[in-house]
Amino acid sequence: MLNTYTWPEYAYVQSDEQRNNQVKRHPAIIIGAGLIGLTAALECARHGIRSIILDDNNTVSIGSRAVCYAKRPLEILDRLGVADRMVEKGISWKVGKVFFKENLAYEFDLLPEEGHKMPAMINLQQYYCEEYLVDEVLRHSDMIDLRWKHKVISLTQHDDYTSLQVETPDGVFAMESDWLIACDGANSKTRELVHAEFTGKFFQDRFLIADVVMKANFPTERWFWFDPLFHRNQSALLHKQADDVWRLDFQMGWDTDPKEAVKPENVMPLIKAMLGSDVEFDLEWVSIYQFACRRIDNFRYGRIVFAGDAAHQVSPFGARGANTGIQDIDNLIWKLKLVMDGKASDQLLDSYNEERAFAADDNLLNSTRSTDFITPKSKGSRIFRNAVLELSKKYEFARPLVNSGRLSMPTPYIHSSLNTVDEDDFEGAMRPGTNCADAPIVVDGKDGWLLNNLGDGFTVLVFGDKPEDAVIKSGDISAKVIRIGHDIQDKAGLLNTRYDGRDGSVYLIRPDHHVAARFRKFDKNKILAALNRAVGQ
Amino acid sequence: MGLNLRKNIKNPDDFYQELIDMQRNMNDDEVELMNAKLILILCNHIGDQEILSEAMRLARD
Ligand SMILES: Cc1cc2nc3c(=O)[nH]c(=O)nc-3n(C[C@H](O)[C@H](O)[C@H](O)COP(=O)(O)OP(=O)(O)OC[C@H]3O[C@@H](n4cnc5c(N)ncnc54)[C@H](O)[C@@H]3O)c2cc1C
Repeated sequence: MLNTYTWPEYAYVQSDEQRNNQVKRHPAIIIGAGLIGLTAALECARHGIRSIILDDNNTVSIGSRAVCYAKRPLEILDRLGVADRMVEKGISWKVGKVFFKENLAYEFDLLPEEGHKMPAMINLQQYYCEEYLVDEVLRHSDMIDLRWKHKVISLTQHDDYTSLQVETPDGVFAMESDWLIACDGANSKTRELVHAEFTGKFFQDRFLIADVVMKANFPTERWFWFDPLFHRNQSALLHKQADDVWRLDFQMGWDTDPKEAVKPENVMPLIKAMLGSDVEFDLEWVSIYQFACRRIDNFRYGRIVFAGDAAHQVSPFGARGANTGIQDIDNLIWKLKLVMDGKASDQLLDSYNEERAFAADDNLLNSTRSTDFITPKSKGSRIFRNAVLELSKKYEFARPLVNSGRLSMPTPYIHSSLNTVDEDDFEGAMRPGTNCADAPIVVDGKDGWLLNNLGDGFTVLVFGDKPEDAVIKSGDISAKVIRIGHDIQDKAGLLNTRYDGRDGSVYLIRPDHHVAARFRKFDKNKILAALNRAVGQ
Repeated sequence: MGLNLRKNIKNPDDFYQELIDMQRNMNDDEVELMNAKLILILCNHIGDQEILSEAMRLARD
């Protein structure tokens, strides 16, 4: 196999506390330096929380894993300083083609909306993403202590802290932490140790995933086949990643022997049949997966919170795993910070479960629907599936029914208890619980973006030049006032359109850049009430 | 206005014959595929989710 990527090996360092055999209490420990654990540490640092990350390994993601990153997670990674590198290295694409048997069934264009800093979607191998996150973590070594080859093997929950047993090349030692963020992946040991339920659906199907290196002139598009001539009665996918690496995905059926399927003598003919026998390529990675859609029963167990695959696992159709895990962190860390600082009661963390379990269920629903379309479970559903695909060749109405994976979109927390229900009439998508749409602005005479200017606390965004106050305070919680047309300029008029920003309109925006409340008039008492509500009071 | 369950087709015998004739020379797979397409085409024409749900329930029970 050929490698276009050299996996970094990070050094194991024995900690002072292990060497001195001294049990220390830490404010926050993150278990797992995968994509989500690393994101959590950076978001903690941004909010001024010191953290330690423990990882049982010493490198970044190995094998064929996440490829597609959507706009919202990129926006979150942008405030952590890694999105620019990802976008630069990643592959931007917008056209997708769906084939049924030998014919093109239809073609779509993501038609990315203008006026957002981040693209709708990029493709990038997961190891690059993690490497960039590690680089950024190392730049924050004053706030983040990243410890490789530290495996959590057991834990005990106490009222206000957790004690851990951690194994390193130097043996086992004990640590304590006020808060624990479990990002230890789909087979989470932490989840097992707190006896959490992790239930859902296992799909009785197997997929062969291959990453191949080739210089062939396939366009930078997502190609998806239903029942192609080169792989009858199954589905297949072709998608470009960085460094001329392509992701190939073959549905294999439940009866496939996973050990046999990955043997080169079986893989090569399959790939040649897909790409054409004249196309030269090298295999980079081949593996076989069975997919599942399931989630933890509660994202919070006292002082232990779960995020990423440890909390939910989705089938890869629609590229949701990492995308949604990053949004878990977006939701969690500001709440944790307020609780740690005694500015909010620890019940605020229950809203983490409320909001992110809601989002996880939405993702599970979407992934299950895609999986049901791609791999029909009964004769009847296969007939309908094929009818949809045939009709989609000719008729527009059938195309939205084709489901080869819906792209990951953020789930608005529309029912969240932190929202203040609208009293006034507003147009547009920015209802309470929704993540803020970006827009180009001018600030201090320079071009910029709204999201980059919202900061890490609450914001009161006002259309117009009132009020005079620069901050609004309720007890320990404060919100910075930003006046559009005064402090920042709406460069292309898009803020106005996206937020239905008639003069005088006010938005209360949470630290995770979600709308908490909105009003047509600046009324301080109402804003204060909404602010209290948004921190669970 | 819910699902219309009263007579709505002007010449029932003509309609029925056309449907049956069309499938006369098809094998089972072709019939099933045509039926599925027909359902999808008509559902899209109706569009109203409440009516579709009501019709699906009636067909099942
Ligand atoms: C084929 C495939 C394609 C995918 N495509 C996409 C996609 O296009 N887009 C997308 O968003 N997602 C995709 N995903 C999902 C994505 O890869 C995962 O959601 C993501 O890796 C989850 O990150 P995580 O940090 O939660 O878990 P992981 O990446 O699994 O990281 C967990 C970390 O915890 C460490 N760890 C585990 N146990 C312990 C312990 N006891 N002590 C210390 N450390 C421990 C592990 O070493 C690891 O580093 C895909 C997945 C697959 C398999």
